[in-house]
Amino acid sequence: MSEERLLPVPTQLSQPFWDACRRRELVAQRCAECARFRHYPTPRCPSCQSDRYDWAPLAGRGEVYSYTVCHQAFHPYFADAVPYVLATVELEEGIRMLAFLPDLDPAAIRIGMPLEVCFEQVDESLTLPCWQLCDEPEAGEG
Amino acid sequence: MGTTGISGHCAIVGIGQTPYTRGTEASTLELHLQASLAALDDAGLAARDIDGVMPNELSGVIAEDLILNLGLDALRFTSTIRTGGASFVTAIQSACLAIHAGVARHVLLVAGRRGYSEQRISRSSQGGMVRMPIMRTVDEFERPFGNNVAVQWFSHAARRHMHEFGTRPEHFGMIAVACRKHANRNPQALMHAKTMSLEDHQNSRMISDPIRLFDCSLETDGGAAIVITSAERARDLPHTPVRVLGIAEGHGEPPNSITQKRDMTRIEGLWKAAPHAFGMAGLTPADIDCAQLYDGFTWHTLGSLEALGFCGIGEGGPFVEGGRIELGGELPVNTAGGLVSEAHVSGANHVVEAVRQLRHSLPPDRQVPDCETCAVTSEGDFHEGAVMLLGRSR
Repeated sequence: MSEERLLPVPTQLSQPFWDACRRRELVAQRCAECARFRHYPTPRCPSCQSDRYDWAPLAGRGEVYSYTVCHQAFHPYFADAVPYVLATVELEEGIRMLAFLPDLDPAAIRIGMPLEVCFEQVDESLTLPCWQLCDEPEAGEG
Repeated sequence: MGTTGISGHCAIVGIGQTPYTRGTEASTLELHLQASLAALDDAGLAARDIDGVMPNELSGVIAEDLILNLGLDALRFTSTIRTGGASFVTAIQSACLAIHAGVARHVLLVAGRRGYSEQRISRSSQGGMVRMPIMRTVDEFERPFGNNVAVQWFSHAARRHMHEFGTRPEHFGMIAVACRKHANRNPQALMHAKTMSLEDHQNSRMISDPIRLFDCSLETDGGAAIVITSAERARDLPHTPVRVLGIAEGHGEPPNSITQKRDMTRIEGLWKAAPHAFGMAGLTPADIDCAQLYDGFTWHTLGSLEALGFCGIGEGGPFVEGGRIELGGELPVNTAGGLVSEAHVSGANHVVEAVRQLRHSLPPDRQVPDCETCAVTSEGDFHEGAVMLLGRSR
């Protein structure tokens, strides 16, 4: 990988999410009125319009809802990373996010595959959530 | 079935375009001016007749640029829609409303950009790209992980469709091949001279699995424009008016990323818009003679066929088998070659093609026989959409 990386610029709204990542914790907004989780961050709950929420810890587990294997880089930073896997991960709490799977063999990716979060520290101020195959599938599976 | 709302009240009376090229000396503004003047000429109107303009978000051109260069003394309505690729057909709805309300009489809509020479998506620097506010979520939560551009975003949707419905890569290939056959008959198409077989498609470079190079729309330098007026005024102008029988916009929820779509397999904006457009027009999908479906990628063509009800959810793959969407087939689609084989002029070229089909002005090998109705879509951002149903005035 080479050249300057695109990095998130936290906003006042999203800062707690990135602060939690620095602690190697995954969190998301949970509505204080209707208790629904939401992500990516919004000032109000789209279900009940409440502006009250807390940042609740997530289990950090989910499964692949969909995915792509990127064979062409569209930013120089990823030029040496291709082919790499991106998934849409559906978390146990019912929210979704983009999941970068840096260590997964692109041939192995499947919809429904269990994933767990891991973290990549970029520098002292920024840690990114990444994803990997779940070590221990849920009991009763397979 | 009866019609409702503004059905039939407005008509497209002028179309114009620049050559579609890979490489140009012209600025984006110059492309807009050339296309606009061509559309005015086609409509039999002068610049002083234009009292409404709707510049296109993706171009960065603003109304003031058009006032400065065309001398639009009479201008009293301008607006720019901000749904990315969905903007062009969505803007037509606003133009119709302005005309129907008496705010404007002749509205000019123009789009296009230096999509090859400057705003080139496949080049990682993306110099010159117009900033779209909706992208701020993707900027923070997805681009840092290499989910940078549209081909990557929509590949998640295409993959999920394959998973749920058994759609095969060959189905996307059949769409690409149909479009290429149409482009081979269209001298203005960028891919006019290049044939494509299904095997060629399947051998083309994988970009973002399952989307291959030949599933992608073409980075294009070019502009296209249309002029809209009232159906009553249209009767005095040179060409057979093409009336807007039904039109609607639809918005996905949430609108900020494909990853967030509850049902990624539906182009939700089009699913929401289509019933309103068909209801306004008093038409059903079976009444439509041809379709110009916004095809940023062949995925969009397949998903749009389902959204408009030409087939059921999940049936888009089998629907495109057997040449059904080719000229001569049951529902010719993207008859100029589409954004994947003619050119990508922010989808405006689909509207130009629809008008040509409905004027019966194309050579026999390009013309849909007895074409009376045409469906046109735009898709943009993350499955936002607009649906327009056009009809030939009798």
